[in-house]
Amino acid sequence: MAVQTSTASPGVARPEAAPSRRRGWVFHAVMAPFTLLWIAPLVFVLTVAFRSFDDITRRGLGSLPASFSFDGFTTALQSGIGRALVNSAVVTVVAVVASLFLASLAAFALSRFAIPFRRTILLAMLAGNLLPPQVLLIPVARITESMGIYDSLLALIVVQVGFGLGFYTFVLYGFMRGIPGEILEAARVDGAGAGRIYARIMVPLCRPALAALAALATTWIFNDLIWAITVLRSEAKFPVTAALLNLQGGFVSNWNVVASGAVLAAVPTAIVFFMFQKHFVSGLLVGANK
Amino acid sequence: MSQPDLATTPDQQAPPVSRRRRASSGRVPRIVWLFLLIPLAVELAWVFWPAMNSFWLSLTRWSGVGAAEFVGFDNYANLLDDPVFRTAASNTVIWTIGFGGLSVIMGLTLAVVLNRPRRGVGLYRSAIYLPMVFSLVVTGLFWRVLYQPDGAINSTFELIGLDGVARQWLADPDTALYAVLIAAVWRQVGYIMVLYLAGLKGVDPSLEEAAAVDGANRWQRFRYVVFPQLRGVNTVIFAVTVIDSLRTFDIVWAMTRGGPYDSSQLLSTYMFQQGFTLVNLGYGSAIAVTIFLLAIGFIITYLVRATRED
Repeated sequence: MAVQTSTASPGVARPEAAPSRRRGWVFHAVMAPFTLLWIAPLVFVLTVAFRSFDDITRRGLGSLPASFSFDGFTTALQSGIGRALVNSAVVTVVAVVASLFLASLAAFALSRFAIPFRRTILLAMLAGNLLPPQVLLIPVARITESMGIYDSLLALIVVQVGFGLGFYTFVLYGFMRGIPGEILEAARVDGAGAGRIYARIMVPLCRPALAALAALATTWIFNDLIWAITVLRSEAKFPVTAALLNLQGGFVSNWNVVASGAVLAAVPTAIVFFMFQKHFVSGLLVGANK
Repeated sequence: MSQPDLATTPDQQAPPVSRRRRASSGRVPRIVWLFLLIPLAVELAWVFWPAMNSFWLSLTRWSGVGAAEFVGFDNYANLLDDPVFRTAASNTVIWTIGFGGLSVIMGLTLAVVLNRPRRGVGLYRSAIYLPMVFSLVVTGLFWRVLYQPDGAINSTFELIGLDGVARQWLADPDTALYAVLIAAVWRQVGYIMVLYLAGLKGVDPSLEEAAAVDGANRWQRFRYVVFPQLRGVNTVIFAVTVIDSLRTFDIVWAMTRGGPYDSSQLLSTYMFQQGFTLVNLGYGSAIAVTIFLLAIGFIITYLVRATRED
């Protein structure tokens, strides 16, 4: 972007230079209130989460806070959100690692070897990820039942891996094809087999793409609801999204508890966002910016 | 192990294509076949096989016990007479247009405004795409709290003297769908903005300069010079938005479960209710297949676009 403006020729830049200070003012005068309004819902929910139940019932949900308490968070954690966060973490970590591993294998094979119909295979895999999940839900529930893994975290992990594979493979395929063949050629001359080339050269070189996909996949899998409520039944196994809906049903008017639960469920993905902002944004763009 | 063929990109293959291809395909090492076939088997078992099953199930009547009874296209015929299905279908149309239209207009506007590097831009951008990282369930709950009768939305209306506007947003059949829609757009705008920012990076600045020299004003430069160059991004956003709209489930489920009185029912929530709450597996599958048929054209559009440069 810096390039874009710096390449502006002096002749064109000059007429815009004069009012630029004033325009900067206008820009911030519009954007600052807009941005504050944009994050106002977050601020509001955060204040509700830290208010006490008494304060909310007595003074109303929409009034300014007059108390500060962690009761909402304690109750939410005790009512299953704590366990659900652990479930979500387990499912997310295992599913992200497994699906990126499998996708990188498939992408390596498709991008670097003369597999017949590789383009068709790749497109079919990507198409699988684009399908509306609704068209898979009922049969997937039946399959997990017949395999005896219905209502287990394993079922959720397997489903998440299967559904995500196509997209990850597609993105990694594009990335791997961009890696110069000479590097691999050199390794081959040195006597490295395909497995070695994959593990020692391809995966390390794909780190940027893997990081972006990992950041994106983490939010996808952690945030999923529909697969969870399709293959899980017992509350003890629910990930945090499904547990939140239960919490809401159980604490109908305890808005401090509901808000605390929602905040707790938002924290992990917010951490991923703030720590890996660059990767997260490039993850959002992968596959879509052509 | 035989030698791996590292022929790299397909276009780099040697001239005598047919002979070379046959020869090299024979030289794909066995381990590489394994690399491909394991992930492929996983996806076939968990995506393609279930998808095909749905088509078959949609032609049956089945409550999950005993054998499924084949009924041909009865389920589809019943859909046409089902008032809830008709509500869900028209809501899905409203949803797609509203969700897509609002988030694209706002996302594109913000992308154009926040495209030039200046102080504070990074902060504004981050704040706007921050909601994107929350799950739709969390977004739904956040907005449920806001929409409560004594919540922030109504308090704000009362504060600025618009007491008459205040209402039970999610309990009122007239407003429930739109209340959910606003929450979904709030989350989506940041994503669309990021996509457009990426698209604007690819816009050739010299063309805009030339237009400026010719006396085109800001709007004309955007409309006739910049916007046409965003055609690729537009296609992708269009396809992604429609596919996402048809899939929308979590946020409605978290906020209204399709109610009150089915007023915020979408095809996807109705499918879930029929399939899992009422266990009408055949009927639910017919709705699922309907969603698939509506999505397939946009899926193909996306596939064509995403692989165009290959």
